[in-house]
Amino acid sequence: MSVETILFFVLAAAALGGAANLIVQTHPIHSALSLIVVMVALAGIYLLLGAELLAAVQIIVYAGAIMVLFVFIIMLLNAGKEERTSISRAATWLGLPFAVVLTAVLGWRIAMAQPGPMAPGGEIPGTTRVLSQLLFTSYVFPFEMTSILILVAILGAVVLAKRDF
Amino acid sequence: MSGFLASHGEILVSVVKVLVVFIGLLTVVAYLSWFERKVVAHIQSRWGPERVGPYGLIQPLADGAKFLFKEDPTPEGVDRFVFFFAPFLALALAMTTIAVMPLGPRVEIFGHPVWLSVTESDVSLLVVFAITALSVYGVSLGGWASNNKYSLLGGLRSAAQMLSYELAMTMSVVGIVLMTNTFSLRDIVEAQKHGAWNWFFIPQFFGFVCFFISAVAETNRTPFDLAEGEQELVGGFHTEYASFKFAMFFMAEYAAMVTVSFMVSVLFFGGYLSPFPDTPSFHWTFYLPTAGGVIGGVALVWNGLRYHTPLGRKILPVVGIVLAGVGAACALPAVMTVIQGPFWLAAKVFVILFFYVWMRGTLPRIRYDQLMAFGWKFLLPLSLANVLGTSLVVLLRAKP
Amino acid sequence: MPLASYAVVLSAILFGLGALGFVFKRNIITIFMSIELMLNAVNLSFVAFSRLRLLLEGQVFVFFVIVVAAAEAAVGMAIILQVARNRHSLNIERIDLLKQ
Repeated sequence: MSVETILFFVLAAAALGGAANLIVQTHPIHSALSLIVVMVALAGIYLLLGAELLAAVQIIVYAGAIMVLFVFIIMLLNAGKEERTSISRAATWLGLPFAVVLTAVLGWRIAMAQPGPMAPGGEIPGTTRVLSQLLFTSYVFPFEMTSILILVAILGAVVLAKRDF
Repeated sequence: MSGFLASHGEILVSVVKVLVVFIGLLTVVAYLSWFERKVVAHIQSRWGPERVGPYGLIQPLADGAKFLFKEDPTPEGVDRFVFFFAPFLALALAMTTIAVMPLGPRVEIFGHPVWLSVTESDVSLLVVFAITALSVYGVSLGGWASNNKYSLLGGLRSAAQMLSYELAMTMSVVGIVLMTNTFSLRDIVEAQKHGAWNWFFIPQFFGFVCFFISAVAETNRTPFDLAEGEQELVGGFHTEYASFKFAMFFMAEYAAMVTVSFMVSVLFFGGYLSPFPDTPSFHWTFYLPTAGGVIGGVALVWNGLRYHTPLGRKILPVVGIVLAGVGAACALPAVMTVIQGPFWLAAKVFVILFFYVWMRGTLPRIRYDQLMAFGWKFLLPLSLANVLGTSLVVLLRAKP
Repeated sequence: MPLASYAVVLSAILFGLGALGFVFKRNIITIFMSIELMLNAVNLSFVAFSRLRLLLEGQVFVFFVIVVAAAEAAVGMAIILQVARNRHSLNIERIDLLKQ
């Protein structure tokens, strides 16, 4: 039981707890906070899997900007607790067990699977240098397209959220 | 016992480092409040804390005791979990960044080589920015959870301000990353070796200005503290927080100030490096910590013996003698190599903190729309221009 | 079993939980957050497979997923803002008709 495995299980428990809390909580702000916990735990797991830059980007962008947007909207819209509405009984009594069984089967198959052909020699360097070399040479076109995508999204959000003055 | 020490030496060293740094940070944060009140008072031609102990030095302890014993009301209708959680979050995040700061070079303590920083990673610069990004939550959740219009407005304004200036702050550091090809704070400090003219505040002057202004806005300090100014929004996001929780927000703000000062000195002013070059003719500078300690101690003793309260006449000379003793101990060869790095870093951080407090005492508050316009329309384009200029220069100077 | 296989299992469970939240919750913002949870689970599986197969493309793809999720969140929040202003409710059972 190396330190890495223990750390992984602690972070995985945190992520699972956060995800379960997201579903269980009625107030959206509590769900948002649980999602932030999930994201930070996932960033820790990325670090354990050797993806340092990605862990930092996950916290800076996902947990530190996107979730702030969610929290802002919840505060601005004054979203309150969810009302209890009637869900179809069939959905709950059939759906939940089916979902659990499906996840269990998937998880078991993945756990039993042999990892495929691995390139020899230990680690991939998830360092910024190697990742950015890949990003700016082979994948520079999708990179530039995502810049345009973000620009379009900014314009779209500004136009969509305007009040009619 | 020695077997245990030998095999668990690494963990022991880490624990000692964490304890030293954490207790040091708490003390610095507490006495920063004293320092700020004294300096702002003298700028405003008054004395500041004078009565609680000699020179008001016991004031932070008295404030701490007050915060412990004051009544802690919880307003009606608040979201209890978030109300209790927000100050903890703010304080915990503010105290964490010190872990990746390089506090000194690699030194030999009792024969074991040890790097003077709690931890180090390849992306420590990004770690600092990640923690800064998360600290928006402490402010906005605190404002929202108070069930109070002014707090909500203050919290949202504060959070929007922090988000806007976070962009400019991150972009203004890209120039340094371009010059040093690394995200590791330790390597950035090591790249500024051999004298003060190698420090990055000269080639990256616009980056430095941009970073410092953005950091002041990021920590919600004057002149950017509209969100918590008394004349505007009562207390802003911390209106409804009473004793201990308010103390936590308060400490979080000071800890953020200390963090920013560390960042500025590490990124732009050489961190733990001495401003004098490494040549033997400058070896006399190794005795500067000693000189500072001894002179400060003697001055304290001299002033203490003539202080106007009997308590001061007893305490101050003792403190002075202790300080002189510490200064004399810095002349020992074993201590001298270890103390050089932290001494210079502490000096630079002190100067930057003084600057922070000086700005608070002198500058007026900026209006919110002026603040946002300044961040988005001036600082962000300036930092982007800095990135462009730096990458051009790096490209043109690169050997083919 | 290498660590990354545990991570793939975790990603499957997180995805399932996100899908559960997507189906069973009534508040539109919470539904959106369940979508983000599903995206995060997929990111985790990408990173885990990138580690198992020793290909760095997995991490590159996660980069793009994060960017697209950010763009989607921005536009989605703008739409939710307008919907909430017009229908004065965030409950999806109240906003499921084109015209009241």
